[in-house]
Amino acid sequence: MSTEAEGGSAFNIHPMDQFVIEPLFGDGPISWYTPTNASLWMGLAVLTIIGLLVFGTRGRAIVPSRSQSIAESIYLFVHKMLEDIAGKEGLKYFPYIFTLFMFIVVSNILGLLPFGFTTTSHIAVTATMALAVFVTVTIIGFVKNGAGFFQLFWISSAPLALRPILAIIEIISYFVRPVSHSIRLAGNMMAGHAVIKVFAGFAGALGLGAIAPIIAIMAVYGLEMLVVVIQAYVFTILTCVYLKDALHPAH
Amino acid sequence: MASETTHTAMAPEHYVGMPQLNFDWFGNQIFWLVVTLVVIYFVLVKVAIPRISNVLAERHGAIQGDLDKAEELKAKAVAAEEAYTAALAKARAEAGEIVAAAKADIQKDLDVAIAKADAEIAAKAAESDAAIKEIRDGALAAIKEVANDTAAEIVKAVMPAAEDAKAIKAAVADRLKG
Repeated sequence: MSTEAEGGSAFNIHPMDQFVIEPLFGDGPISWYTPTNASLWMGLAVLTIIGLLVFGTRGRAIVPSRSQSIAESIYLFVHKMLEDIAGKEGLKYFPYIFTLFMFIVVSNILGLLPFGFTTTSHIAVTATMALAVFVTVTIIGFVKNGAGFFQLFWISSAPLALRPILAIIEIISYFVRPVSHSIRLAGNMMAGHAVIKVFAGFAGALGLGAIAPIIAIMAVYGLEMLVVVIQAYVFTILTCVYLKDALHPAH
Repeated sequence: MASETTHTAMAPEHYVGMPQLNFDWFGNQIFWLVVTLVVIYFVLVKVAIPRISNVLAERHGAIQGDLDKAEELKAKAVAAEEAYTAALAKARAEAGEIVAAAKADIQKDLDVAIAKADAEIAAKAAESDAAIKEIRDGALAAIKEVANDTAAEIVKAVMPAAEDAKAIKAAVADRLKG
């Protein structure tokens, strides 16, 4: 990185600059309440969600308009996913799952706009959500099942001799969940945007003849369109799976 | 460009390393994330989810209602068809009865008329027979008279001596019989 960052060189690529957090107003230090570019894009995500799910459905039509149809499809998609995985009891948590899905998918898509900032590319954001899911799901597991929640780690279908070893593995995997859950999303978002930025740097260095990097950017951008939605889906479906484990810990 | 200077809140012209791992910014992002999620949660719970689920339930209800109505109308149509068929059969039966009754009436009238006509004809025939008999008797008497007169004249002309009115009459009567 430091070789690339040599000032004045034609080959001047800084793919990580897009992730820097800056205050919106002035140049002061960033304390916990400072409005930053991250808070701006989170606010835009909120506005987009309101626009789609509230403004878009204002007709309440039996035969839906286009925007209402999109809102209904997303609603049914998340609702069905939660019901299929966690069952009827899981539907009680639908608003939380829907909130997570909407925030992630809208933030991911907004991050693909030129000059956009991807809030979900930050581990602070994804780890907060993943830890919230982890803590909530663990509490639900113990509240609903009491000590029966430990059945999740004690696999009764395995031979007795293997069970302690499996229990250790299961416990480790349980505590790794929030880590993988958060890094998967942040890593995917960061990698895709960094790659686009690197190709953009190539294009900048080549000037007008930069056909290959531009084609590469288009290809990666197309791939990213897919990835952002899939990663939102993956985050949500894993949340549903963890919720199912909490509701029905027995294997 | 030393990496120590870049890890400040005020980004220099180019950032070195991963901005994601700058812990100075974590509190800020977590705060705004929580605000964002809470806002989204309340928007969804208060407005979006009830509205969308209402619309979906309403649509489901409307479709179900339409299907039920269609089923009902179909049943009604079948019932109407059955009623129509029954009415038609009844009307046919009634028409048959009426035709039979009319036929019987006509037959009765006809029988009476025929009987009356027969009686009249018989009376007329008897009358005619009597008239014919009278005429025939008249004719017979006339023939006898003419025959008697003629025979008497002939006898007078041929042999005047033998003029015997009684004998001539007897002879004519005897001939007319044979």
